[in-house]
Amino acid sequence: MYDMKALYEATSVAHAIELLTEHPEARIIAGGSDVLIKMREGKLAGCELVSIYKLDELRGITMDEAGTICIGPLTSFSHITRDPIIQAHLNVLGEAVDMVGGPQIRNIGTIGGNTCNGVTSADSASTLHAFDAIMVIQGPDGVRETPIRSFYRSAGKVDLNHNEVLIAIKIPKASYEGYKGHYIKYAMRNAMDIATLGCSVNCKLSADRKTILDARIAYGVAGPVPMRALSAEAAVKGLPVAKESVERFAKAALGDVNPRTSWRASKEFRLNLCEQLAKRALTEAIRLNGGEL
Amino acid sequence: MVVGKSVHRVDAFDKVTGRARYTDDLCDRSAYVVKILHASIAHGYVKSIDTSEAEKIDGVLYIATCFDVPDRPFPTAGHPWSTDPHHQDIADRLLLNRHVRYYGDEIAAVVARDEIAATRAVRALKAEYEELPFVLDPIQSMQDGAPQLHAEFPNNILAHTRLSDGNYAEAVKADDLICVEGLFTTPTVQHCHIENHICFAEEQNGKITVTSSTQIPHIVRRVVGQALGIPWGNVRIIKPYIGGGFGNKQDALYEPLCAYLCTKVGGRAVKLDVSREETFVSNRVRHAIKFHLISWVRKNGDIVARKVECFSNQGAYASHGHGIVAKGGGAIRQLYPTPNFECDMYTVYTNTPASGAMRGYGIPQAMFALESHTEDIANRLGFEPIAYRQAHMMPVGYFDPFSKNVNYFDSLNQCIEKGKAYIRWDEKRKAYAHQTGDIRRGVGMALFWYNTAVWPISLESCSCRMVLNQDGSLQLQLGETEIGQGADTAFSQMAADAVGVPFESVHILSTQDTDVTPFGTGAYASRQTYVAGFAIKQTADILREKILDYAHKLYRMPVQVLDLIDGRIVRISDGKELGSLSELATEALYSLSDSIHITAESTYQIKSNAYSLGCCFAEVEVDIPLCKATLLNIINVHDCGRLINPALAEAQVHGGMSMGIGYGLSEQLLFDERTGRPLNNNLLDYKLSTMMDHPHLEAQFVENPEPTSVYGTKALGEPPATPCAPAIRNAILNATGVAINQAPMNPHVLFARFREEGLV
Amino acid sequence: MQTAVVKCTINGVPTETVVDVRASLTDMLRNEYRLTSVKKGCEVGECGACNVLIDGECFNSCIYLAVWADGKDIRTLEGLLGKNGELSDIQQAFIDEAAVQCGFCTPGFIMTAVEILESKKLYTRDELRKLLSGHLCRCTGYENILNAVEKTMKRRLGVE
Repeated sequence: MYDMKALYEATSVAHAIELLTEHPEARIIAGGSDVLIKMREGKLAGCELVSIYKLDELRGITMDEAGTICIGPLTSFSHITRDPIIQAHLNVLGEAVDMVGGPQIRNIGTIGGNTCNGVTSADSASTLHAFDAIMVIQGPDGVRETPIRSFYRSAGKVDLNHNEVLIAIKIPKASYEGYKGHYIKYAMRNAMDIATLGCSVNCKLSADRKTILDARIAYGVAGPVPMRALSAEAAVKGLPVAKESVERFAKAALGDVNPRTSWRASKEFRLNLCEQLAKRALTEAIRLNGGEL
Repeated sequence: MVVGKSVHRVDAFDKVTGRARYTDDLCDRSAYVVKILHASIAHGYVKSIDTSEAEKIDGVLYIATCFDVPDRPFPTAGHPWSTDPHHQDIADRLLLNRHVRYYGDEIAAVVARDEIAATRAVRALKAEYEELPFVLDPIQSMQDGAPQLHAEFPNNILAHTRLSDGNYAEAVKADDLICVEGLFTTPTVQHCHIENHICFAEEQNGKITVTSSTQIPHIVRRVVGQALGIPWGNVRIIKPYIGGGFGNKQDALYEPLCAYLCTKVGGRAVKLDVSREETFVSNRVRHAIKFHLISWVRKNGDIVARKVECFSNQGAYASHGHGIVAKGGGAIRQLYPTPNFECDMYTVYTNTPASGAMRGYGIPQAMFALESHTEDIANRLGFEPIAYRQAHMMPVGYFDPFSKNVNYFDSLNQCIEKGKAYIRWDEKRKAYAHQTGDIRRGVGMALFWYNTAVWPISLESCSCRMVLNQDGSLQLQLGETEIGQGADTAFSQMAADAVGVPFESVHILSTQDTDVTPFGTGAYASRQTYVAGFAIKQTADILREKILDYAHKLYRMPVQVLDLIDGRIVRISDGKELGSLSELATEALYSLSDSIHITAESTYQIKSNAYSLGCCFAEVEVDIPLCKATLLNIINVHDCGRLINPALAEAQVHGGMSMGIGYGLSEQLLFDERTGRPLNNNLLDYKLSTMMDHPHLEAQFVENPEPTSVYGTKALGEPPATPCAPAIRNAILNATGVAINQAPMNPHVLFARFREEGLV
Repeated sequence: MQTAVVKCTINGVPTETVVDVRASLTDMLRNEYRLTSVKKGCEVGECGACNVLIDGECFNSCIYLAVWADGKDIRTLEGLLGKNGELSDIQQAFIDEAAVQCGFCTPGFIMTAVEILESKKLYTRDELRKLLSGHLCRCTGYENILNAVEKTMKRRLGVE
């Protein structure tokens, strides 16, 4: 039994927005793997919930004529991993969300929930950052879009008003075409764990596979919110495909990150991981692109 | 003969179909629900608890606070009672506590009509505290001026004992001795049985009946009686299937509180279902023990003198107390006998969760220290580590005057040979000798020492009842409990052979009900197969005598020529089958001229004990920059005597190895240094191994039939968990040259050590 | 108390009941339908003991609201037993491989095994480890559970 005050089941996005407007204290529940646990802990006890779980319109993955990939926020992690569009164009995202929790969690957990709860350790978030995802949000006044980098405000806080609903996550073609990426989740266990540090890197090489044309890197748990390491990206742009370039990239990333000490891991250990994972993720991304180090 | 065969578990069908009933499955939905208010300070006194808001909540029926409960301290340890007051367990528990001794101590409880009302009411209780300084570490806790937990135990020392052989102080003065010293730290870990502790209590026939997920129903009956101040016979404990215990449920946990609350709501059924978060903090944990070992050795490897200090973190309440570190100290003394030996063992209260029994009972801690230290001595002197152990380990014929145990066989060497062969020791030690680079491999091993059951420290007895059904099948009852390990199956196998009936016609009553089941102290100390063997054989002999006596009347043959073989009455003089047990049983019960219900019941007091020995070999790969050790291969080899059921024995070893791997690599319950609050008391943050965190687990055996046992068997339940952590530690040392003297050897610990050594 | 009608198919039988909206699917299955193979080990989705199949996929029913089950096809361990009490191959394999000890994690594991087997794919041992990694077990070290699932998979696919 969950100690909730009331449960409102939304029948459409518009209905969800109405319900949220009507109940200013209510929280959205999507898959529930976050909200229900907080409720059990007592943090959200006695709360009203607006369930969007049944909104099938928010499930599934499509690609429009322009090649923009649109991910329904209620799509479960396991469905993202199995999706042919993801496998063809954004395989790293499928791989990243395949490291969330365990199989049952990946069946209930949604990518929308994973991002909207604003958690830095979210396995989907660093890869979405690395692909410059666009968050599509609907509120009472219509639909707006915001880049994922400005979506995250602070730990646990995202750019989503009380009566707004995330309705899509978009990845434009320019973000993924010609890029291959790799995500490394560093955790204490190989399953059922949250990241001590997550690192997603994608890159694009020259036709001869000798030069790094572009590389993007994003971290989870390297700061209060998922983050890009822009100086690392700038440092490696145009460099030859070589071990030294990878080293330089990883060292530069240390200037961007800001991990903290908690009982889960020390700052020093996370910094060590920031450097090591950057190296290994870029190395693998280069390899996936056909580059040789 | 069915002993020695891998028959299927007797409870497997019910467990794979969902028919096996556990405590919660038996509880009526109408039962009231109990929720507990746990203290949110580590040490202090409850000044007041304001219940007014909680009382207003609809559905709340009764609130008990620490100011209401009787001031009648009781012990909780799952030990047999001692009639000698000096050997009784320490009675330092109350149902609810005004003196808060750890963060999570029980200070109030609510009975409500449903879970939500109870939870809300607990949240609405307002406790005010007088806070006191707290201490989390046993060595700090022993210092003068440290916060005091129990007035009767100055400096928080629950017990200090010393083992002493020869003259350490004199021996170390000899010339040419090399001193090897080590400090070893083991963590606080939890049992993590998948079924949390749960119990429900109701009054029936003027008694309090508690159905509980416990390993020790007869002991819990006594403790509930003691806690409530009522005659023990007025308490009835029912123990159905339980979802694991591993020692945590070898304690009276919440049965006394649940029974007490039942009496406060007119004897109506009340259920106390412990959450996972509470299980971690407010049940029991494994003692975290710090060891200081100093060995004085000669160049030839001889250990001339050894001094050991052990500081065992008892936590807030005595529970199993000093027994844990004492067992560990005994193991250190015996595994490598040393002429001049001194071992000081301290068990010290701290403001942390109470430590109790956990699979291995002090031996995982002791083996981590001893087998790490032994490796260090071998390395220091330049000996091959296995050869060094073989030259100095407990020899064949070793006799322990206290337990009267004899090391009858060359078990350790036989186990080592199997382990070496499986892991390909010689080849890999050579291959891994000169590695460079980021990723390195290593192999390591460790021995273990264990003994079986608790004699002569406390009572060892076992009672058995056999009832011959009118169809010739057998009902078997013991006080010894099935907790997942397969006890019911092993008992049934032994009974079938002892009586002379087919395995299929033995019907074991898995549920213990203290009103019905013969007395037995329950599942702990890896004792049950050993001790039950005596009682089963003795009771079977009585039953057989009655059966053959009836056969004598029935077939007019002398008893001396009759035998019962596989359910048939056989004349052994010519092998002729005279009839079936089934016919005999029917006749015996329904005969108009000579009716008898053939039953047998007896108690056997066991006054012996047996060594259970073996080893673990591990191979690891260490990713130095990522500070991660991955286990590649692992094998445990055991001599637990004759295997009653090889398949189940192997399965039990797998489980113990898994626990040992977690102990070595990942598991640890953490506390906030500033508040004493537990930090990771849930299954996400406490790193229990998943299926992806293990390599293949190899379990092998050496079978030297134990001479003191009717069935040639001895301890297997706990030993598998004891040698894995030091084997892994020694493998990491082999791979990297870095000694990690602290478990778990997780990435945080490796990072700190690698940084010290300049590797990262 | 806010209630809702939940119509769903449970183990092949169309059912309908009124639930408290605060109930989890575990609560509904255990309390309303007495399907006690659905175990409670953590109630926060970390142990897998309450795992059931919903429309062919595995879910921890402890963190699934009972009202969401409306319209779904739900299967629990009780549903695997044949009409005449015969065991399914995966249940038999758990017995044969000594994959059962205390039995508390067993129902959840078997239901995940059912999802794996129904995919009709041949997985490597490592892939199976990953597919089964949402369940914690303290008794078996997972070894024999993995063996039971692997052997049943191979038997069904005829690749023994």
